[in-house]
Amino acid sequence: MNRTQRLKKLNSELARRILILDGAMGAHLQGFGLTSNDFHGERFVEHPMSLKGDNDLLVLTQPNLIARVHESYLSAGVDIVSTNTFNATRISQAEYSLEDVAYEINLEAARIARAACDASEAEDGRPRAVAGAMGPTTKLLSMSPDVGDPGRRDVDFDAMAKGYEEQALGLIEGGADVLLIETITDTLNAKSALWGAWEAFDKTGVELPLWISGTITDRSGRTLSGQTVEAFYNSVRHAKPWAVGLNCALGPAEMRAYLADLARVAECAVSAYPNAGLPNAMGGYDETPHSMEAHYAEWARAGLLNVAGGCCGTTPEHITHMKHAVEGVTPRVAAVHEARLRLAGLEPFNAAA
Amino acid sequence: MTAAPNPFANFVIVGERTNVTGSAKFRKLIEADDYAGALAVARQQVESGANVLDVNVDAAMIDGPAAMTRFLNLIASEPDIARIPLMIDSSKWEVIEAGLKCAQGKSIVNSISMKEGEEKFLEQARRVRRYGAAAVVMAFDEQGQADTAKRKIEISTRAYRLLTDHGFPPEDIIFDPNIFAVATGIEEHADYAKAFFEATTYIRAELPHAHVSGGVSNVSFSFRGNEAVREAMHAVFLYHAIRAGMDMGIVNAGSLTLYDDVEPKLRERVEDVLLNRRGDATDRLLEFAETLKGAKKKETARDLAWREKPVRERLSHALVQGLNEFIVEDTEEARLQAERPLHVIEGPLMDGMSIVGDLFGAGKMFLPQVVKSARVMKQAVAHLVPHMEEEKQRTGLASKSNGKIVMATVKGDVHDIGKNIVGVVLQCNGYEIDDLGVMVSCDKILDRAVEIGADAIGLSGLITPSLDEMVFVASEMQRRGMKLPLLIGGATTSRTHTAVKIAPAYKGPTLYVTDASRAVPVVQRLLGGEREALIVETKADQAAARESYLAGQDKRPRVKLAQARERGPQLKYAPVRPSFLGLREYSDFPLEELLPYIDWTPFFSSWELTGRFPAILDDAIVGEAAGGLYKDARAMLEKLVAEKWVRANGVVGFWPANSDGDDIVLWNNEKRREERARLFTLRQQMDKGASGVGGEGKANFALADFVAPQGSADYIGAFAVTAGIGEQEVAQRFRSANDDYSAIMAQALCDRLAEAFAEALHANVRRELWGYAAEETLSHDELLLEKYRGIRPAPGYPAQPDHTEKRTLFDLLEVRERTGISLTESYAMTPPSSVSGLYFAHPRAEYFGVGRIGRDQVEDYAQRKSWDVATAERWLAPILAYDPQR
Repeated sequence: MNRTQRLKKLNSELARRILILDGAMGAHLQGFGLTSNDFHGERFVEHPMSLKGDNDLLVLTQPNLIARVHESYLSAGVDIVSTNTFNATRISQAEYSLEDVAYEINLEAARIARAACDASEAEDGRPRAVAGAMGPTTKLLSMSPDVGDPGRRDVDFDAMAKGYEEQALGLIEGGADVLLIETITDTLNAKSALWGAWEAFDKTGVELPLWISGTITDRSGRTLSGQTVEAFYNSVRHAKPWAVGLNCALGPAEMRAYLADLARVAECAVSAYPNAGLPNAMGGYDETPHSMEAHYAEWARAGLLNVAGGCCGTTPEHITHMKHAVEGVTPRVAAVHEARLRLAGLEPFNAAA
Repeated sequence: MTAAPNPFANFVIVGERTNVTGSAKFRKLIEADDYAGALAVARQQVESGANVLDVNVDAAMIDGPAAMTRFLNLIASEPDIARIPLMIDSSKWEVIEAGLKCAQGKSIVNSISMKEGEEKFLEQARRVRRYGAAAVVMAFDEQGQADTAKRKIEISTRAYRLLTDHGFPPEDIIFDPNIFAVATGIEEHADYAKAFFEATTYIRAELPHAHVSGGVSNVSFSFRGNEAVREAMHAVFLYHAIRAGMDMGIVNAGSLTLYDDVEPKLRERVEDVLLNRRGDATDRLLEFAETLKGAKKKETARDLAWREKPVRERLSHALVQGLNEFIVEDTEEARLQAERPLHVIEGPLMDGMSIVGDLFGAGKMFLPQVVKSARVMKQAVAHLVPHMEEEKQRTGLASKSNGKIVMATVKGDVHDIGKNIVGVVLQCNGYEIDDLGVMVSCDKILDRAVEIGADAIGLSGLITPSLDEMVFVASEMQRRGMKLPLLIGGATTSRTHTAVKIAPAYKGPTLYVTDASRAVPVVQRLLGGEREALIVETKADQAAARESYLAGQDKRPRVKLAQARERGPQLKYAPVRPSFLGLREYSDFPLEELLPYIDWTPFFSSWELTGRFPAILDDAIVGEAAGGLYKDARAMLEKLVAEKWVRANGVVGFWPANSDGDDIVLWNNEKRREERARLFTLRQQMDKGASGVGGEGKANFALADFVAPQGSADYIGAFAVTAGIGEQEVAQRFRSANDDYSAIMAQALCDRLAEAFAEALHANVRRELWGYAAEETLSHDELLLEKYRGIRPAPGYPAQPDHTEKRTLFDLLEVRERTGISLTESYAMTPPSSVSGLYFAHPRAEYFGVGRIGRDQVEDYAQRKSWDVATAERWLAPILAYDPQR
């Protein structure tokens, strides 16, 4: 199955059922008890600083472990596997002085995910797509790192867009089927990621569907950079996204209202992959596979979902339960709005038709 | 639902003052690198109601891309400015692009055009699209700017085709067909305005979804210096442009005049110019403009005679008349004459306020006027505060007040109009008010009182569960061993409840305050010399109230629940099926459509002016106060609607339903097998006499009676509406400017709009959505008298006093998600300007009060709701016919 055939099949599945995305990578990797040496591998033995914690690098140094995580989610029945590239831009890798392997990480991560998916596809012919994950980076374009100097920025739009472009080029080359701009805390970062993706499309001649997932950071219902859900949607709508959604930060109970806001306005598919609850005092997550199942079941029946998955703290067991919860439920129908000038600052402003 | 359209209702106001080409002030700030000052200009634009903020830094001495980047990055850190979208305005593409790289929202680019050819135009449009922005397209091509209607239309049409052929969404195209100055004396300019109107008409009709915008102040350029004529020209220009279809404009957000408010003679002359109706139009307008200047001067001179008086009298005049125009300069003058700034307050200002107080006490001034006086007082005091601080630093001398009072709306409740009024009135009598706001927990209130050494605590609440919270606060005061007086007020509070429930929980003085006019004498006696006398009086009064309550309780015979059920009305049912089942949402409902449904009478009573509207305006006693209030209210309402200060959202739903005893069962679908939800209702238990069995009107009603029992395909509806999305922000904005009068006014108006929304929606339900009264034609007055079929009772009101039923209603309607209204823990709706309820269509459905109910019904109700009896007694406390403690 080539990419075009796969996307066509995936889209016809999307029309008739709720698709399943995988869960957390980090929870799994912690379980392997990796040492600093494991992160460095043979190749980076000489690297002047510790690489422990650079999870994305593992696609180069421990590719088999990453493949195993993908396989365990594929066994749980997912339709979409996301690449291990959350921090794989030049900007984020700078923390480890690994800017120059950023492209390679993305390339290999996509190849590993693609190979795991190919194996599952070969078994039953059902499409398994690779979502090239593009995280928020370690810098913000709309907010100052220094409260005393609100006009300051440590990086500009062009440098950020360039970093995302490089990431997108690696993901496309490695075989990603869609690009997933995720955990968006600052919509301007997301806009620069879109810009980078389009530059990469122009260069490769390959245009992938865009999937945009924002993060509501607390119960004020706003992103870290201050936008409401509808303002966020208005600000990325120009990308004609394949799907928009919410992920991370909140557990399912807290996410419900904002997901409903998004489901009301989005003219494309809607995805949700919350954390397994809010982090508790011990840094763990309280939602069990069972308790999460009830939320997904309710969301699905309320017509809020097209794609469901898990974020921090979720495991293949959570995904198995989630899949069970949404099975057989009619997916959400995309909203259809009249043509209106839809603007946004931190809040939406929709002019009359 | 239709009404006279408001011309500005759908008009997008682009604030123009953050534009260096139009504002010398803003240019100087940017040139001087004073970005704090520049941000203040932006904030003022947002506060005056701009929907979009125009930012332009094009000036010779300014590095455009750097200034644009810096200013927009700073705006991003100011949530109250960044709230609204940006219009990134420059004649230089690199400045526009620098701006786009700093804007996370969806902005508008102003502008792109074909002046350098199609290729460059399309490349810029492509980049605008990738940045996720909309674009203003100037009527400008390789030949230059379009000045005739024909050229404007040609260029716009060509640009539209090019853009839409290349995937640019038509709704993101905003044409600027060029507004040029008229009445310049040059023959060729005479048709400029007319050409704009014609081009606008064409664009809106022939180029689907595209918008039309423009910089309006250009049109009056030749009348620089004559603001009266300029404003009239802008108003008349906008009137015609909006009628032609202009739907966005770069205007001074703070000062929009309405066409109807332009003096008719002036209007006619302006219209002659704009529409180029006669050869001598310009001369006639110039001539008229001169006479206008003279006339205006004379009028001002007469009005300002009081300005000749000594400063002391001027302050007193300003306070009594509620005039704030000169208050700062007069206060400053008084300060310079006084030994200490405090003496200005204690001297002329308090003297003025005591005149106000006397007039109020004597019934010669009314609440709205007093609140206006308070606004003047507050603004004067605000001017003095920095001087008093400075003096305190310097000399250690402190000011003193008559007393400090902590006020709050209790936990679970959000209503604060009454509390704010009382606070303002007390403030003008020299009391220091520490207002903690709404939904304040008991601990916070008491801690604060201790912290500041308060002399009294004032509690307010509107819904019945707040009564319990007040009892709790009283008991906590007792537990903490406090001695402070506790003042109780608010719509559901009463002398009896205070005496029976609150006062016994607290040994300190507990006083019930009927309304704002009573608050001052009570507090004066309490914190002045008559404290002991007042306490003795109050205790005696409360003992009497308790006795008569208990005596009365025994004299209210209740019939047994079973008997009351037998005495229920014997109704026939002929149900009508609603036009749809499920939910329908109204998002951002046009406020102007609500105006005809406003019932003004309760508006006046919220200001303690009693009488029916409109007769109240001619009332011999309160007529003048009511008239002034009404004029201010209409003026604010107009702005509130035009500038969309608040949003109105609503949701309505219908379900198959049947009664089941005193319950109403809502079904999932027409099969009527799966229960979707169950509403519980309460039955009247007053003894209306045995002869009344089955008799109309004398029956013992429950709401369930109005829905057919199973076997008949009946239905029920429900709704929730709000006109208060944004209300708190508006009120806060006014309060920050020391303008409580406008803050209270805005809240009272939102209340009216929410009620109007409920009324409008109910009319639509009767005629269309449910459609059981398709032929109904009632006048406004008949509507207000509820001369229609069907009712819309709300949980928490007399027909169903149990507030907790609101939860079921809210879940069914998905109210929070669909409208933004939520419920507090006491089941108060927030924002407060919200209305919800059930729809019953039965022709005999009527509003009734359940009245007091007996223990047997409480036990029955508890069992139906799966509550224990104590919980039921708590929620039904206000209607129990017995004392659960006995």
